[in-house]
Amino acid sequence: MADIVLDHLEKVYDNGYKAITDLNLTIQDGEFLVLVGPSGCGKSTALRMVAGLEDISGGELRIAGRRVNEEPPRDRDIAMVFQSYALYPHMSVYDNIAFGLKLRKMSKGEIDSRVRKASNILGLDEYLERKPKALSGGQRQRVAMGRAIVREPSAFLMDEPLSNLDAKLRVQMRAEIAKLQKELGVTTLYVTHDQVEAMTMGDRVAIINRGLLQQVATPRELYLEPDNLFVAGFMGSPPMNQAMADVHIDGDHVSITVSGQRLVVDPELVAQRPAIKGFGGRQVIMGIRPEDVKDPEEVPEHPGDRRLRAPVELIEALGSEQVIHFDVETPPVPVMQPEGGTAPGNGATNIMWVAMFSPRSFVRLADTVEFCLDTSRLYFFDPDTGLAVRS
Amino acid sequence: MTFRLTTRPGHPTFTDLPWEQHLEDWESGRLVTPVRGISRHVVRFVAYGPDMYALKELPDPIAEREYRLLRELADRSVPVVEAVGVATGRTDRAGDVADGILITRHLPFSLPYRTLFGRRANAELWPQMLDALVQLLVRVHLAGFFWGDCSLNNSLFRRDAGALAAYLVDAETGELHHELSAGQRRHDLDIAEENIAGDLYDLQAAGQLDESVDPARITVDLRSRYINLWAEVTRDEVLPSADRWFVDERVNRLNDLGFDVSEIELVDSGDGWHLHLTTQVVEPGHHRRRLLALTGLDVGENQARRLLNDIGLYRARLERRTGQPVAEQVGALRWLTEVFEPTLSIVPEDERGKLEDAELFHQILEHRWFRSEQSGHDIGREAAVTAYVEEVLKHQADEAVVLDPGTRASTELPAD
Repeated sequence: MADIVLDHLEKVYDNGYKAITDLNLTIQDGEFLVLVGPSGCGKSTALRMVAGLEDISGGELRIAGRRVNEEPPRDRDIAMVFQSYALYPHMSVYDNIAFGLKLRKMSKGEIDSRVRKASNILGLDEYLERKPKALSGGQRQRVAMGRAIVREPSAFLMDEPLSNLDAKLRVQMRAEIAKLQKELGVTTLYVTHDQVEAMTMGDRVAIINRGLLQQVATPRELYLEPDNLFVAGFMGSPPMNQAMADVHIDGDHVSITVSGQRLVVDPELVAQRPAIKGFGGRQVIMGIRPEDVKDPEEVPEHPGDRRLRAPVELIEALGSEQVIHFDVETPPVPVMQPEGGTAPGNGATNIMWVAMFSPRSFVRLADTVEFCLDTSRLYFFDPDTGLAVRS
Repeated sequence: MTFRLTTRPGHPTFTDLPWEQHLEDWESGRLVTPVRGISRHVVRFVAYGPDMYALKELPDPIAEREYRLLRELADRSVPVVEAVGVATGRTDRAGDVADGILITRHLPFSLPYRTLFGRRANAELWPQMLDALVQLLVRVHLAGFFWGDCSLNNSLFRRDAGALAAYLVDAETGELHHELSAGQRRHDLDIAEENIAGDLYDLQAAGQLDESVDPARITVDLRSRYINLWAEVTRDEVLPSADRWFVDERVNRLNDLGFDVSEIELVDSGDGWHLHLTTQVVEPGHHRRRLLALTGLDVGENQARRLLNDIGLYRARLERRTGQPVAEQVGALRWLTEVFEPTLSIVPEDERGKLEDAELFHQILEHRWFRSEQSGHDIGREAAVTAYVEEVLKHQADEAVVLDPGTRASTELPAD
């Protein structure tokens, strides 16, 4: 078992391209940390630096307190999981799991002990003497996992391990890996571009954008308390609705104007995020999660000064819910820059917002609906810095 | 979803195949069952005339990616199976989404390792097979490709004048980079080591591995061969002078190892000339291209080297006989019509298809040398061919397409 410390890590390629900038991250002993970000953000590069597949240009990498910058991959006591799922047809499940240890000249007793421990955790005890063809798809995946587990490495590194699987098996394996990691308690660094995978699997999630760490926190914290506009937009499916809003202060009361309509901000939220008062008479970027935009039929008592009138542009019926798309007029919303600050948004003056309604909702296409906003759950971001406006 | 079938020119359109079914359910007169390796996906083979194609079912993005990767690797002259097409956007008869299918051309005269080493008598082929695999891995790495799943199972082997040439079959886990780091190469070697050990332990479990072969020892051997070859191919050296002979010696050594040199850099470092060669991946090297230019024969590198030697001897004899210099091109064409083709024409028709023409010719030359040495004199072409056919070829399996002796591929895992 070991912690992994990325201490001011840098990766600069020969052509000058900076893939990772000053990355500071500690994966605690036994923790499951997920690195997530858009394609090309540097998350795989970071994992490969830990694995020893990429040279480290600057900073220090420590595994179990030992500097490993110059160590070859096999000497880092880590296991890259799921390079291959191929199982050997003439070998029993036991031998499929054990042969890597045999290759390392481990004693028969030690091999037996490790294989039986792994098979117990993986629920493969009764299949050890069988051949792979007698197993189901999921069982075969577990045998492949067993090959990595019996090595008993200090840490597992997984780079998009589920990307080659079909959707059904992916969901099944997602749960199996998370459960297994908890049982084994092995420090794990997991890379994915899929934020659902990140949210459902990680103890903590680190979000990277263009080589820069944006925020590292528990999935709940990232979702509820995003540090900046990028994190707010990246975590959540559908993503957070955003628009430019004028801020009005009247004593302790705060209201905002969005899409030409005035909305009262819930006083409790103002108490939690008093810094919003500093934006009086100015513009702020406001955000609201789709699940916090309610169907007026569901909340008939919702106050009129917390409703936003807009025409329904599209309805997606997903069975368990309906995704309602509606137009909000707004000046262009700035875009967060990875290194901090914002750049002007695109020139569109309309943004499509999304609400999640019950499948029983009577809302129809082209209806003008008074969407009920839970203004105690609004988010505010500074349009110049992109940072969350909090206390 | 829209069904899309992309194929390369020069191959069938494949439109007559039952694309609306999952591959494992296909029933088609075109299906054939050659001996094949293990796969984590459903893989089946179809024949169109003399050509055979492998079809592998895997999710659309993965199929498209592997198709693209195989083509890029071929463009970088890495020996890979030919990617012929990819089918995506498939739905089955019930309207449910079905995985995509990658189509590759089956490499004629190629042999999976299980066929090569499933015969105990072939234990002596191990060093050649390791050399072939190591050479493939070095080529792949020079081309900037991280394989991620190098194994005997993911390679195919072809005979090449007494040696073996290895081809990459499965690029699914690979990544193409501008250049690989030392860490990526080391990790790929770690993976190869474990995979190959697994391949061998599996042969052992099937009772098909010669008792003299120790899988653990083979993998150690693989590592040291790789390290040596990589060092030989990429190392810089200091020469005592910039004399052409010193440079040529190194270039020739690399050519002999099957690599070409694209750039030679000599820097006066004060204590000698610092030589840096940019090694190029070519498949195969200059011998193959030279033979192709001279005769139109397209064969493996070692076969080409052997045939060029024979052309050289024949040309020298011509010059001695006529007392005049014979141009290389003229000598090569006369060798083709007066030696190569007449020699092969003596081989009975029903035996000739067992091996590629170049390999057959090479083996006849070897046998002629062997029998002549025994007899103490040159036994001549016809006697050599007759002896070779009787003593060797008749007892050799047909390697054009190795079909499974059963009607179904016994080595195939059921689909997930």
